[in-house]
Amino acid sequence: MKLIIAIIQPNKLEEVKDALNKEGISRLTILDVEGYGKQKGHTEIFRGREYEIMFTRKVQLEIAVRNDKEKEVVVETILKNARTGNIGDGKIFVLPIEEVYRVRTGEKGEDAI
Amino acid sequence: MKRILIFMLIFPSTFVFSEGSVNYVAQSNVNLIWTILAAFLVFFMQAGFAMVETGFTRAKNSVNIIMKNLIDFAVGSLAFWFIGFGLMFGLNSSGLIGKPGFFWDGFLINSDGSLNYWSFAFIIFQNVFAATSATIISGAVAERIKFITYLIYTFLVSAFVYPIFGSWAWNSLFSQGGKGWLEALGFIDFAGSTVVHSIGGWLGLAGAVVLGPRIGKYVNGKPRPIPGHNIPLAALGVFILWFGWFGFNPGSTLGYSDNLGIIAVTTSLSASAGTLSAMITVWILKKKPEVSMTLNGALAGLVAITAPCAVVSPLSAIIIGLIAGVIVVFSVLFFDNIGIDDPVGAVSVHGVCGAWGTIAVGLFAAEPYGSVNGLFYGGGFRLLGIQALGALVAFLYAFLIGLGIFKLIDITIGIRVSRKEEIEGLDIFEHGIEAYSNFKITHN
Repeated sequence: MKLIIAIIQPNKLEEVKDALNKEGISRLTILDVEGYGKQKGHTEIFRGREYEIMFTRKVQLEIAVRNDKEKEVVVETILKNARTGNIGDGKIFVLPIEEVYRVRTGEKGEDAI
Repeated sequence: MKRILIFMLIFPSTFVFSEGSVNYVAQSNVNLIWTILAAFLVFFMQAGFAMVETGFTRAKNSVNIIMKNLIDFAVGSLAFWFIGFGLMFGLNSSGLIGKPGFFWDGFLINSDGSLNYWSFAFIIFQNVFAATSATIISGAVAERIKFITYLIYTFLVSAFVYPIFGSWAWNSLFSQGGKGWLEALGFIDFAGSTVVHSIGGWLGLAGAVVLGPRIGKYVNGKPRPIPGHNIPLAALGVFILWFGWFGFNPGSTLGYSDNLGIIAVTTSLSASAGTLSAMITVWILKKKPEVSMTLNGALAGLVAITAPCAVVSPLSAIIIGLIAGVIVVFSVLFFDNIGIDDPVGAVSVHGVCGAWGTIAVGLFAAEPYGSVNGLFYGGGFRLLGIQALGALVAFLYAFLIGLGIFKLIDITIGIRVSRKEEIEGLDIFEHGIEAYSNFKITHN
């Protein structure tokens, strides 16, 4: 079991979501996040004075997958659909999951994903 | 005849009188109605100020700003009733101060025992003006002043500071037989560039000086912008103020006047010119037509034309507004650079551009718009000197008295909220509620 965390451009969310659904991955948690990497921030002006906004808005996706096959599908789908080719397209992290529980039934492990 | 027909439609009751008295009665009716309608427009400016100040400051202080703008009208109205109106418009035989007359005593009843209906209309118009002056200060001291402190000084301003200066420039408007010393010299401030706006602006400057800048405004001595949280709200506020100004300036005729249209035209032209020139100035300086400065430019044009609106030509109004729009940009940056933190630009818009508009009378006043000529129209330096004197006296009077009041409050009950309160927001600590609960607010 793996947890895939992907940080992508907010305007790519719809495409990624639809593509994941098409691949049969019909579950997704998203978070509004802010941060910076190579892309850096941008300049704004208020009352005639410029200031740097370092944190750029992104969307973070979290998807738990059962096995490596599912993981490949999800990663490939995100890579393909979230890419614009510009700096700031984001990152994908894959983390191991120790345990998973379904709150409604109490199921455990892969069955709970 | 056409005019009489219109009056007949609006005021049918006047036509029980004979043809000869028709015009006279209709005129006094129109005066009363126009004055109170204009007062209602000026009242709405209170909403404009509240929105501008809320929009230009941070979300965590919005409730506090709203409370200040609401309560200064309430406290100010009662203070003006208590003594302010009397000080401003009671018989001013010395030229220095009106005969108090607490609670409007002596103003409401004629000598024959009947009610003086005009007094009531005049009082409500002056009441909303006094409140405007007090509420200007709120922006300059925003995001760090204690609420109780605000209550105290707003009372002092509406009861004493504003009315006393007002009695120097406007006392004769109420025809008690006296005259303020400035108006006796020939000082012209038609609708209050100095009396209302500069006085409010300079008091705000005193408040900002005594308070010191907001935490985080200066990093290693360098000014840092603290962006406002709602630009659309600030823009709505400016539109409301512009709208209200059509009561502020044309209403200052206190009745029907042939030049009502002229005043509306000069008012709006100056605002348009100020908007445009502020936008162009900031565009050149910062490579972007920045919105908050452009909004300030509209207000700068309005404040500047407030004194000259009835005595200058439309072209002069445009020039006055254009200059005001440039002044306001440099003034905002200037006060920022010298360490005076004025979150919404109240000092620059009202204090500085109020002084500019007052002096502009001495330059641009021209017959037949007014009854005197300024420097550019062959009137020489006399009027210019009087106008400059009035603007200077307003600065010294309001700034020094303001420093005294704020200092006194500071050493007695303290003027500023605690550091913890300022960082976490005045809303929760002073008023116990957030402005936008259930609504995500990003940190800044």
